[in-house]
Amino acid sequence: MTESTEFRAHRSGPARCVSAYGQEIVIACALVALFVVVSAINPRFLGANNVNTIVSGNAYIAVAAIGMSMIIITGHIDVSVGALIGVLATISGTLAVSGYPVWVAWTLPILIGAAINGVVGALVAYGRLPSIVVTLGMLSILRGGLVFVTGGAWINNLPPSFQLAQARLLGVPVPIWFMLVLTIAAFLWMRNTAFGRSLYAIGGNAEAARAAGIPVERRIVQVFMIHGAFAGIATMLFATQLKIIQSTVPPNLELTIITASVIGGVSILGGTGTVIGSTLAAVLFAAIGSAMIFVNVSAYWLRAVIGLLILVTVLVDMARRNREFRGSQR
Amino acid sequence: MTWRRLLRHETILALLVLLALFVLDRQSDKFFTLDNLFNQGRLMTEVGLVAIVMTFVIITGGIDLSVGSILGMTAILIGVFWKNLGLPLPVAIGLGLVVGTLAGVANGIIITRFRVPPLIATLGTLALYRGIAEGVSQARSVRGYPEWFYVLGQGQLLGVPTQLWIFGIAAVVAAALLGWTTCGRTTYAIGSNEVAARFSGLSVDVTKVAIYAASGLAAAVAAAIFVSRVSTTRSDMGTGIELDAITAVVLGGTSIFGGRGTIVGTLLGLVLIQALKNGLSLAGVKSDGTVVLIGAVLILTILLSNLFHRDQNR
Repeated sequence: MTESTEFRAHRSGPARCVSAYGQEIVIACALVALFVVVSAINPRFLGANNVNTIVSGNAYIAVAAIGMSMIIITGHIDVSVGALIGVLATISGTLAVSGYPVWVAWTLPILIGAAINGVVGALVAYGRLPSIVVTLGMLSILRGGLVFVTGGAWINNLPPSFQLAQARLLGVPVPIWFMLVLTIAAFLWMRNTAFGRSLYAIGGNAEAARAAGIPVERRIVQVFMIHGAFAGIATMLFATQLKIIQSTVPPNLELTIITASVIGGVSILGGTGTVIGSTLAAVLFAAIGSAMIFVNVSAYWLRAVIGLLILVTVLVDMARRNREFRGSQR
Repeated sequence: MTWRRLLRHETILALLVLLALFVLDRQSDKFFTLDNLFNQGRLMTEVGLVAIVMTFVIITGGIDLSVGSILGMTAILIGVFWKNLGLPLPVAIGLGLVVGTLAGVANGIIITRFRVPPLIATLGTLALYRGIAEGVSQARSVRGYPEWFYVLGQGQLLGVPTQLWIFGIAAVVAAALLGWTTCGRTTYAIGSNEVAARFSGLSVDVTKVAIYAASGLAAAVAAAIFVSRVSTTRSDMGTGIELDAITAVVLGGTSIFGGRGTIVGTLLGLVLIQALKNGLSLAGVKSDGTVVLIGAVLILTILLSNLFHRDQNR
């Protein structure tokens, strides 16, 4: 197994830490730098309210990016996750409005998400279809199906107890708890369990993983189901933010989620990356969006800034990778 | 061997197209009228132009997600060059095409020079180019183009919609390039085995940059046609067109892993999608239902075609 964390583990001490978690450290530094610079220009940026809004309002992206990171680490991709979250949000809202207990409305989408993505995973693993093709088809099916069934109607009159995302626990918004706990749990699980490590092995070299006795097909289905469950949890945080749910798919959500994973250091080639990076990246995006308002830059430039950020991160990453590659060949 | 495989997929697809046309004809007597067919051709042209070049991109084993954004950026820039900078409209369109091509060249350079995987490189430029479109336009639309400009998207030439001529010429040129020239064979060689192609002395990087540049140009031409067809320019134009184009290409039998695919297949894919969209809407199905069906057809076609030569795929 030429999985890179394994490879890097031979180095020692701080050097090992910087090498193995380079991307995560870069993003953390970028985040700190952003906060320092912007709050120097406009101190209100650091206000507790604003920081809470930034992190809590975008925690669902970080949660969805955890599942996405697992998919990408296994060497696959899912472009339908935004549509899935849109569909699950509508299901969740419909359940809440039709009088089911709120916990059913919160948790049933998690199971449905896992089930839908289980089908996707089965098509990828056993049908041997490229994941980008299956999820592209799934994107059409979910997006079209949602509007077809609901006619684009909005869901109003949600019961107040449904608004999980606005609740607080020990003074901290609930979404932030979800984000922190899930990120740390997923990180440790992927690092320390045989199951978690097998994801890196499959992404690094599926044939080698098979030869090493990992049931590759079953793992792929399982990881798609886990990803679907994370999309369900993300839905729980997303759908309960506002008093209405729009029966449309949030535009470009899948790209935001994929971007968070990739900027967080998950290599699109599979086999490397951690979910700590993807969560940091999700927070970084949200902070950039908010910062632009505080330093009076038109929000219409946000997407251009994020695009530049993706390109710079990827170019730096590739430059580093190419150097390491050449170094290891000598 | 390869030829037989290609033919087989395209035969399945052609039968599917015929079946769809037959069923849709029974559903509505408006379907097989010249007016309706020409109108569908108009609607298909923008995705079609992008899909033709996307076929080359995917055959090399790459992908270009940024075409929709290049379309949006070019559309906005044509509007801004003309209205805000006061350039004559033909010059503005010319500059727009140049910018679109340069955007494609930038994709190509990021992919070849820096070895960034195409999916990621064009994901980044998707955000960047759309961001430029939004930033430049500040959500203001441009309208009020001179009358002659609408000929491109709404007029006719010799009784056939103007843009269908452009589309037809592009398709023939692309099919000839891919089927009969060194450039075409290089495209297949890159997709089958890039390292081998490099060692065989083929100009891999130049070919790739040229293909991504052509992809940018196709998106820019589609932008001009789109603006002319709908008489206005908005920054969200072309959103999602990359997915439609990729669907048509993959439906047409081009392997997403690269190395095989044809323009004829892509054209069949385009026709099938457009026929489904139109026929079902004539039959009274809402357009969102059609989107569901297209997704299902995409998955099923690839699944079927995989079942037929499963052993050869991996």
